[in-house]
Amino acid sequence: MDGDLVIDVHGLTKSFGDTRVVDDFSIQVPRGAIYGFLGPNGSGKTTTIRLMCGLLKPDGGGGTALGYDIVTQSREIKSRVGYMTQKFSLYGDLTVKENLDFMARLHAVPNQKETVLATLEEYDLEPRAKQLAANLSGGWKQRLALAAATMHKPGLLMLDEPTAGVDPKARRDFWDRIRRLSQQGVTVLVSTHYMDEAVQCDSIAYIAYGKKLIDAPSADIAGIVGLTTWRIEGKGLQPVYDALEHARGVDQIARFGSALHVSGRDEAALERAIAPWRERPEFEVSKAKTGLEEAFIWLMTGAQDNFQ
Amino acid sequence: MNRFASLNRIIAILRKEFIQMTRDRLTFGMMVGIPVMQLLLFGYAINTDARHLPTLVEMGDSGPASRAIIQAMETSEFFDITGIAASPEEADIALRDGTASFVVTIPPNFERDLARGERPQILLDSDGSDPVAAGAGSGAFAGIVQRALEPYLGEMTPPVETVIHRRYNPAGRTALNIVPGLLGTILTLTMAMMTSISLTREAERGTLEALLSTPTEAFEVMIGKITPYVFVGSLQVAIMLAGARFLFGVPFLGSPLAFVIASALFIVVNLALGFLFSTVARSQMQAMQLTMFLFMPSFLLSGFMFPFAAMPQWAQALGQLIPTTHYIRVVRAVMLKGAELPDVWPSIWPMIVMCIVIAVVAIRRYRRTLD
Repeated sequence: MDGDLVIDVHGLTKSFGDTRVVDDFSIQVPRGAIYGFLGPNGSGKTTTIRLMCGLLKPDGGGGTALGYDIVTQSREIKSRVGYMTQKFSLYGDLTVKENLDFMARLHAVPNQKETVLATLEEYDLEPRAKQLAANLSGGWKQRLALAAATMHKPGLLMLDEPTAGVDPKARRDFWDRIRRLSQQGVTVLVSTHYMDEAVQCDSIAYIAYGKKLIDAPSADIAGIVGLTTWRIEGKGLQPVYDALEHARGVDQIARFGSALHVSGRDEAALERAIAPWRERPEFEVSKAKTGLEEAFIWLMTGAQDNFQ
Repeated sequence: MNRFASLNRIIAILRKEFIQMTRDRLTFGMMVGIPVMQLLLFGYAINTDARHLPTLVEMGDSGPASRAIIQAMETSEFFDITGIAASPEEADIALRDGTASFVVTIPPNFERDLARGERPQILLDSDGSDPVAAGAGSGAFAGIVQRALEPYLGEMTPPVETVIHRRYNPAGRTALNIVPGLLGTILTLTMAMMTSISLTREAERGTLEALLSTPTEAFEVMIGKITPYVFVGSLQVAIMLAGARFLFGVPFLGSPLAFVIASALFIVVNLALGFLFSTVARSQMQAMQLTMFLFMPSFLLSGFMFPFAAMPQWAQALGQLIPTTHYIRVVRAVMLKGAELPDVWPSIWPMIVMCIVIAVVAIRRYRRTLD
């Protein structure tokens, strides 16, 4: 085993009934990385995460997490992984502190009392220690869940859509904590739908319909997808949209505020399609950098085609 | 992982359950309230029915001894003398249509035969169609007659022969059966339901996923989940016992040790059953339905509602598989018949076997993964 790989799995497959939720999934995650899992809803992200931390047994394939076999050594993995579920999974009828006490005991955390107090302080949860978890707001619930998942000093954090339904300030705060943990050497695997979060990941795996479509450093993704993008700004863009939607060379067209982003893989054909609009004075047309969002929308469209 | 960590985890789950139990006041109140309510309902309903039952008298003789007997019957509160039956036919009709629960017949020449020491017969006809109602008065009748005649004849061999004739249900049963039966069925219902619900709730609310993502073992969850309810079950038993004793004067004649062992065993069997249900049920609703599935036969086939010996063979065979059947037998024998531990062993070992089998199956079925 490569000592620098925290996750090293090959050919993971998992079906529920007749539906293949994870299909031949492989990934290598180096130590200390923040690895993003992206993909549409129902693409198998959650199942893949559960497979890798020993909560589900794969139908096929295998590998290691933190050097332990994900099929036979799930117990060792469980005591060294911090897992934050998509749905809030602590006890609503226990207080913040009671929840932390509970998880600390289950994980056999040393110096349990001190650890819980330190965690309360570290996550600014002290003023709410005696509040019932059910009465916390979304952002505080998520912070409590992260605190509970990190109390036993896991080497690997698995975060399943941790910021869904959380306000932007709480999200930013959350990501500050993730980066801090990453700097301390914790490997973080995080699934998300937010592009601003995806940009913060070192690497991104894009999953759709159980298949991994792309797996690369986030800076390289746009290049790998191979799209060229033009930006058209101005008033009355609907006719432009209608005209370009089915034009040759245009693979994808999307609105960004008061602008259209028109993308295509054939650079020359795209330029020919755009040409007539460049001469119109009411529009400002410029070449743009292809963003992650365009890249992922493109990937998702392609995946659907493959699927049918 | 060492043993200390394991103990620590069990304590964690146990503490959490206790906290959750105290937060959920309604459920906890019901756990305490159910035995009290059932006891009062069943107990008092039976008690009031069993007393002051309408009674007709067929006076073949009306001397002082006869009148003393009638007087004693009335003061015993079991019987309300509602009138005189003119003929045996009239008495039959009154029994059949329910206007009288008892008919007492004092034969002609009763006084004369009594004085001669010829042991005349007094007949008590009872309506056995409600055996619980008829049982109390019938049981007390001989004693009442004996005591009524004491001033006349002193303490000698029974001067009269009391004949009790149960109509419609010759077997009859005693009202005291209600307490063992209630103990068995209430524990079955609440214990199995509480554990199965508390575990399926974890699955439904998603907290099971967090629990499973820790290195917690199935047996740790089982012990941690079950122990708090052992206390609740013991509390229920104590409430029922106290109620039986102080409200209804049900005796406790046998070995307390046998009672405690059987009760503890029975509580654990039902908790393990609840744990097993939770491994099958996908929702709290299903857990509830499974508990009812267990509860109905426990109610009907355990000998609580119908005398066990009077059930058909197949029903008896089914009944033997139900823990409640064995528990009710132990409690009846210990409380009412003064049984000791060796006497009830034939009913205790089946519960031990059930306990082991159910616990093993439940732990093996418990999902350590989310599949």
